[in-house]
Amino acid sequence: MTTVAMAEKQVKMEERIVDIKNPVLSIQDLSIAYNKDKYAVKHVNADIKKNAITAIMGPSGCGKSTLLRAINRMHELYPDIVTEGKINLHDDDILKMSTIKLRRKIGMVFQRPNPFPTMSIYDNVIAGYKLNGIKLKRAERDEIVERSLRNVALWDEVKDSLMKKGTFLSGGQQQRLCIARALAFQPEVILLDEPTSALDPVATAKVEDLLVELKKDYTIVLVTHNMSQAARISDYSMFMYLGELVEYDKTKVMFTNPRDSRTEGYLTGKFG
Amino acid sequence: MKSDKVTKQILFAASLIILLTAAGMVFSLIMGAIPVFKEFGLGFVFSNEWDPTEGRENYGALPFIAGTLITSILAIVICLPMAFSTSLFIGEYFRKSAVASVISSMVDLLAGVPSIVYGLWGFYTLRPIIMELGLSPQGYGVFTSGIILAIMIIPYATSLSNEIISMVPNELKEAAYSLGATRMEVVFTVILPNARSGIVASYILAFGRALGETMAVTMLIGNSNVVPDSLFGTGNTMASVIANQFGEADGLKLSALIGIGLLLFIITALVNWIGKIIIKKFS
Repeated sequence: MTTVAMAEKQVKMEERIVDIKNPVLSIQDLSIAYNKDKYAVKHVNADIKKNAITAIMGPSGCGKSTLLRAINRMHELYPDIVTEGKINLHDDDILKMSTIKLRRKIGMVFQRPNPFPTMSIYDNVIAGYKLNGIKLKRAERDEIVERSLRNVALWDEVKDSLMKKGTFLSGGQQQRLCIARALAFQPEVILLDEPTSALDPVATAKVEDLLVELKKDYTIVLVTHNMSQAARISDYSMFMYLGELVEYDKTKVMFTNPRDSRTEGYLTGKFG
Repeated sequence: MKSDKVTKQILFAASLIILLTAAGMVFSLIMGAIPVFKEFGLGFVFSNEWDPTEGRENYGALPFIAGTLITSILAIVICLPMAFSTSLFIGEYFRKSAVASVISSMVDLLAGVPSIVYGLWGFYTLRPIIMELGLSPQGYGVFTSGIILAIMIIPYATSLSNEIISMVPNELKEAAYSLGATRMEVVFTVILPNARSGIVASYILAFGRALGETMAVTMLIGNSNVVPDSLFGTGNTMASVIANQFGEADGLKLSALIGIGLLLFIITALVNWIGKIIIKKFS
């Protein structure tokens, strides 16, 4: 490689990484392998901006869910996982924190709504406290439940049926209940793994509006296979392909002027 | 088209034969039991007299009903902690691992061991241990039978409940983990509440197996026709008294044994029915 080409490559690398001041999360040279030779995430570097929505896009199998799950270490539920590199939450290395503390600071919402079917709406919201054996006074619990349900604009819909099972709600309501459950601990970051892929368009719109509302108080990282969703609600976008973070930029910039031909190909529907 | 019709008829005939056989069995049990119920009425079920002496014959099934229920309850109590931990081990902690599949096939193997083999093992290995411990002078009795029964029903209690435990959706476990739960907390607040009725049903079905087990119990229970006076006392179960005495029975005594058979049939059918209702409600 000539020096000119190397210099060019250097510039390109730097261009891909957006400059974010005082990031909440800082992912540094992160690689994840499910087994020794099969890397799902390769050398990812990215800072995540506070009180913004960052979308991670890419075709299925590109490693976007694995990257998201690494942020609260849910990926470690797979037994033979190998994680290299670093993720910092402010100045703490999350790989060295206890997962219990970490997951209270970084909440998660999944693809399909998964309220606990044996619990009431009320108990679902407070489930994190119950699971961790944290004892609360009745009034405190009531307050947390009301606050969390108001946060997801579900309070008015369910306030008279708090003791009913969460599974009686519609799909969209269930997903908002799951978001409320994640909010109950007042985490700093909320991770969402394709949260609307099982919802109809009306319910999807409600969840999207909600996320835009929530970014005032929380930092949101969202995996989505839906490009228009990323375009609608995200401030920053990552495009991943075959485990690599190909491009990371302000959403507006990436959608109007992608730098990498692979990003362009994906955004214009040539593959994915 | 025509072969379809023929197949259908053959299948129908085969199922009909099974239905008729079952109905016939129930019918002959009832017919055989009529004399003893005519003689003693419902007292047959609640009396604890068992006197075959000619001239003052008196038959009551209570000692055997009691023996059956006590040994089976004891068996389920002993089996429960073992079956429960085994099914958690196979169904959750080591799900899909090689260790779990080895243990799971060992458990299934236990189900295939003939009753008489358990009886022999109990007679020559377990009974001397009970004697050694001074629990009972000859090692026979309700306690010894309960232990053997417990071992025999572990596979039934385990295989169904581990399946139900492993069926608890992954997304629910993940939800709990994402809230900072430890494995133990996931087990007790997510897995067990979701698998509860299925686990209960599997123990009920195992209990149903214990009620009817005959051979091993007959070899170990001591065969005395009284309500057991203690946990280590001897007794007889409904199945074991039939196995012991049918050979030399005729007349009223034979009818009494058939009557006990009918009661046993009713109790086990009832228990299985309850278990199946719970499973149905669960799935």
